[in-house]
Parts: sequence; C-alpha cells; structure tokens
Amino acid sequence: MRVAVLSGKGGTGKTMVSVNLAAVSRSAVYVDCDVEEPNGHLYFKPDGVVRETVTVLVPRADPERCDGCLECVRFCRFHALSYSLDRLMVFDDVCHSCGGCSVVCPREAISEHERGIGTVDTGRSGDVVVHTGTMDIGEAIGLPIIGRLLEKASAEDDDVFIDCPPGSSCMAMESIKDADFCILVSEPTVFGAHNLGMVAELARVFGKPVGAVLNKVIEGEEDPSERFCIENGIPILARIPFDLELGRLCSEATIASWADTGYERMFRDLLERITEAVG
Amino acid sequence: MKIVVPIENETEDSNINPSLGRAPYYLLYDTETEAAEIIANTSKDSPSGAGVAAAQLMIDAGAEVLLTPRCGDRAYAALKGAGIKIMLLPSGTAKSGIAAYLEGGLSELDTVVKGHHGAH
Repeated sequence: MRVAVLSGKGGTGKTMVSVNLAAVSRSAVYVDCDVEEPNGHLYFKPDGVVRETVTVLVPRADPERCDGCLECVRFCRFHALSYSLDRLMVFDDVCHSCGGCSVVCPREAISEHERGIGTVDTGRSGDVVVHTGTMDIGEAIGLPIIGRLLEKASAEDDDVFIDCPPGSSCMAMESIKDADFCILVSEPTVFGAHNLGMVAELARVFGKPVGAVLNKVIEGEEDPSERFCIENGIPILARIPFDLELGRLCSEATIASWADTGYERMFRDLLERITEAVG
Repeated sequence: MKIVVPIENETEDSNINPSLGRAPYYLLYDTETEAAEIIANTSKDSPSGAGVAAAQLMIDAGAEVLLTPRCGDRAYAALKGAGIKIMLLPSGTAKSGIAAYLEGGLSELDTVVKGHHGAH
C-alpha cells in the first residue's frame, strides 16, 4: 500500500508520523517529498546513499533562426519568455518545461537543454529504503523532483510512506496522486483545524480515502481539529498526546518507535488501522 | 518618445498602481503627439510571470521610458534588454509623474524587488 501523510500547515507532525510508520513496518519505503526542506533523513540516517540529479528541459533560441515573431512568447502561459530588441530571453525559473515553445516556433529556432534543479538521494536504514528529494536553493518548482521520487518508490514492492510537503499546493497534489490512502495530521488549534479542512478537501477532490491523526492532544481540552473530524465524518485513527518525552526524542532526531516500546505500540496500532482501512 | 506608467483606473488622471505586473491598466503617453492611450493589462491575474508579460506588453507598445514605484527582477531584465529606461515614481497620478519626468525631476530606479514566483 501507498500511504501519503499530509497536513495543512507545517509543524503538525507529518515527518514524525511518516518516519515512525515506516520504522514499525517490517520493511518499507520512506519517501520525503517535502523537497523544500526534507528532514526525514535526519531520523533515518541512511547508509550507502546514492545521489542522482533531477533535470528539467528549458528552451534556448538560436538567434540566427529566430526572427522575433513572438509566437512562443504568446504561447507561454507562464510568461517565461520575452523578446526584446533582437533576442529571446528565457526566465528559467518560471519555465514549466512543457516544450510548447519549441513546438509552436515556425522557424525551428528553439531547442531544449537540460538544467539541474535538485537531487534524489537513496539509501537504506535497517529495513527501510529512504528516498530524499532536495530542491536546489533558489528554485521554485519542485514537481519534477517529486515525480522522480515516486517513480523510484513505485519500483519497490514494500509499503510506501510518503512524507508530503505542507499545505495543499500542486506539490502536495503531486505527492498524493498515486496514494491508496491519505493520513491527515493535525494539531489542536483553530489554525490547525482550518488547514486540516484544506487538505481534507484536497483528498476529497482526488477521491482518496482519509483518516486523521490528531497530534499534540491535551486530554480534557477542546480540540478544534477533533471537532472538524467529527462534523465531517473523518475517521480518527490515532490521538498522539502532547508529550514532552516524544517531543524530546523528535528534537534529537531519534525514531521514537525504535527507542521506546510504548511509542512502538502506538505507531503499530496506527499502522494496523491504516492497513484495515486500505483493505 | 513614449512613456508608460502602471495605473489604478481606466482614466487619464488615474493614480499610479504600486504593482508593475498586476496593475489593471497602463497609461501610454506620447510626448510628440501629447496623446495618452490606456492599455488594459491582460496578464494581471496570470498565475506566474505577470511582470515578464507586462514588460513584453510595454516593449510591443514601443515604450522608451517606464515610470514605476517598483519593478521585479525578471521584468527589469526584459525591459533593460529592450533598452527601456526605468524611472522611480513613488506615488501620485500618472500625469503628474510624466510632468515631473519631463522636467527632469525623477531619478532612475536603482533597487529591484525579487520576483514573487514560488511554490503554488
């Protein structure tokens, strides 16, 4: 099964949940799609890491052939091209690599060239294969890195746990599109509940079955996220307590379920519930 | 000489708009004929590259001078590539800005803001 772990806002516990789920599986694949700041590898400390560069294609115009007809400039809906005086300018960081400009050019003046935008690191930590995507500093579009990560993960038979980027942007969409199940991690704040609503909506649009993990739960206190789940019929798969010890382990990048049998049991129970839900 | 200014409203006495790429209209003033033309910004709601599109629009309109309170790095590169002069006009109406420019009262824009394109 392929389980995507989402949250509307950062800092709710996506990485903690996805890392620990992979850690309590017999063997698993952990995929860090939070390419702007991947941190799951800090927990797994994988060995034998092999790095590959992820590239995209960007256009370049041959000034000898380009006659400034502006067909490509008008075609590009991302406005990555401009033509001034006698040359075509390409704004690489806005380009979405669709290749359309080279297709519409009547003079075949545009050719495409590879440009590195980030890396995928693959290593192993015990029985867990760890894939980490990292976007280069200054880049804006991480989708091709996520695409490559998921392509690599799909080659494996084991259960896959996808640590998604926060929010409901296109990078989160790319991360969940092939998932069998979405876990929505939330925290007991009004802000948390609001953003939980955003990712719940995203999963609904994609037709994905969902379950919530309520994190930082304080017994006896009002939890807006819990209320949201009840009102919207989202099954609550686990309640993780607001726990100083768990916070300490995470802050030291220790995998709680490998360090403590109590946490191991908690994440095993969660894994069992997800497995049942996926069916 | 044609001068272009991003403006708020579809009127010749409009105030300037603070955003080069997202301004709803541009005022194009021709110093030879003293005629003003209002151009609608068709890319104001573009999810990306609005500044680049605005620059292309100004290049295609034959502008030689731009008066603006700010300018993104990509639009700046495209405009400079076309030899368009970029002058700082912090506030006020487009008309008063054009008058100030013609009297030599404006200075060149020397700070460029980082474009807004990011994760979405």
